[in-house]
Amino acid sequence: MSSELKFTKEHEWIKIKEGVAIIGISDFAQEQLGDIVSIELPKAGGVFRQGQTMAIVDSVKASSDIYAPISGEIIEVNEGLIEKPEMINQSPYDSGWIAKIKPSNMEEEFESLMTKEKYDRYIGEIK
Amino acid sequence: MRTICSIIRIHLRWIVRTPFYDIHKSLGAKIVNFHGWEMPLQYSGIMDEHVNVRTNVGLFDVSHMGRFEIKGQPSFACLQTLVTNDLEKLADHQALYSPICYEDGGIVDDIIAYRLGRDNYLVVVNASNRSKDFEWISKHLKSADLEDISDRTGLLAIQGPRASDLLQKLVETDLQSVKPFHIVDTKIDKIECMLSRTGYTGEDGFELFFDSSKIEIWDKLMQYAKIFGIKPSGLGARDTLRLEAGLMLYGNDMDENTTPLEVPLKWTVSLDKKQEFIGKKALIHSRPSRKLVGFEVLEKRIARHGNKVLMKGVEVGFVTSGNFSPTLRKSIGFCFVPIEVSQDQSIEIDIGGKHYEAKTTGTRFYKRKESMQQ
Repeated sequence: MSSELKFTKEHEWIKIKEGVAIIGISDFAQEQLGDIVSIELPKAGGVFRQGQTMAIVDSVKASSDIYAPISGEIIEVNEGLIEKPEMINQSPYDSGWIAKIKPSNMEEEFESLMTKEKYDRYIGEIK
Repeated sequence: MRTICSIIRIHLRWIVRTPFYDIHKSLGAKIVNFHGWEMPLQYSGIMDEHVNVRTNVGLFDVSHMGRFEIKGQPSFACLQTLVTNDLEKLADHQALYSPICYEDGGIVDDIIAYRLGRDNYLVVVNASNRSKDFEWISKHLKSADLEDISDRTGLLAIQGPRASDLLQKLVETDLQSVKPFHIVDTKIDKIECMLSRTGYTGEDGFELFFDSSKIEIWDKLMQYAKIFGIKPSGLGARDTLRLEAGLMLYGNDMDENTTPLEVPLKWTVSLDKKQEFIGKKALIHSRPSRKLVGFEVLEKRIARHGNKVLMKGVEVGFVTSGNFSPTLRKSIGFCFVPIEVSQDQSIEIDIGGKHYEAKTTGTRFYKRKESMQQ
């Protein structure tokens, strides 16, 4: 069973599927960054706290840190992005996913994230 | 996600718009504040616009650049003391690229001077330096007249291999006769304009000067979108295009603490010209300890302005410009290194605290095929 998408203020998204959190950046984020040309992915096995930098994306416009939306251990990264980082632009919620995390403190942290409706209102305000 | 650094630095002092602002907005351009100017960063996307300029033709609004008219005696003599390059190289209707230096050899700005007559020039300066340049030039003009005509003129750049074919549809002048760095007075429909075969992209192309009220010129150029593939192009593509072409950007690659001898502008310093020029003494005696070179990052990261350059773990310089090269599909840029460093040497670049492998290269990453004589 998979949950609905949740978002951070820093524009990461997260989806829980069978106890694993899939993570990426929002459509708004990829749009703001413009053409993404490279990504530095975390290593599987790496452990991050919520809010820690776990990846970096470079676009022709800017370089941006991607923060871990929840704490946990990286169990898989999207290796396909190394050759095709533009997948983040083309399909931010699907083939452009970045990493899968095994959450260590999900109940508490998941609650702090925004629903799609709330996130849409939030980007409406910062636009 | 948080953006650590972006290619456009934000300035919030004042905000100005070019005559084409409403057009940019209506085209859905992403607007950024560039040294106080609300300018289009991109329309369809930096990569797409970049590739289109390399293959077809792009239309850039560069009306933010400063334009000065210098007229009357002794314009030639005064301008000749300001520029490091030699104005004697110019006949009427020709243009010259040159730095302007302080007494200590530091660069005030890099400009293009268009000779309209022996004592009549149009000088185009960087948007970020408009007021500084105006002051500096006016200090050295004696009885010649200096006027800032930026606000009453518009400036569009039409750049790319199909620029000439497109413009030929609109002007009667035979464009084959207009060589690079030459200018011609012409008309687009009934609109008077000055056409110059110059640009900042490494492609063949033109820059078009006209009365700022004649914004319909934009649509006259865009009407050929289907035939020639002309697309509006923003500052983002302008930056990646000039970087690939090895063209310096004032404020990034050079400034008042840089001399033209440290960056690849030695060819613009005419130490043997007849007239004295400001900065000459300092430049003759200078022994640069550093130089600007190109680099390629061998790992998949983009280096940006300010990143440290190291050799064997020791800091030796810094990145002045860096981005992804859409043509070469590589991470490229310019950086300062000690003068003795040659091409193809290993360096490291510190990006966000981590060191990435890179190597030094020439500054010209891209050279167009049927390169015209300059």
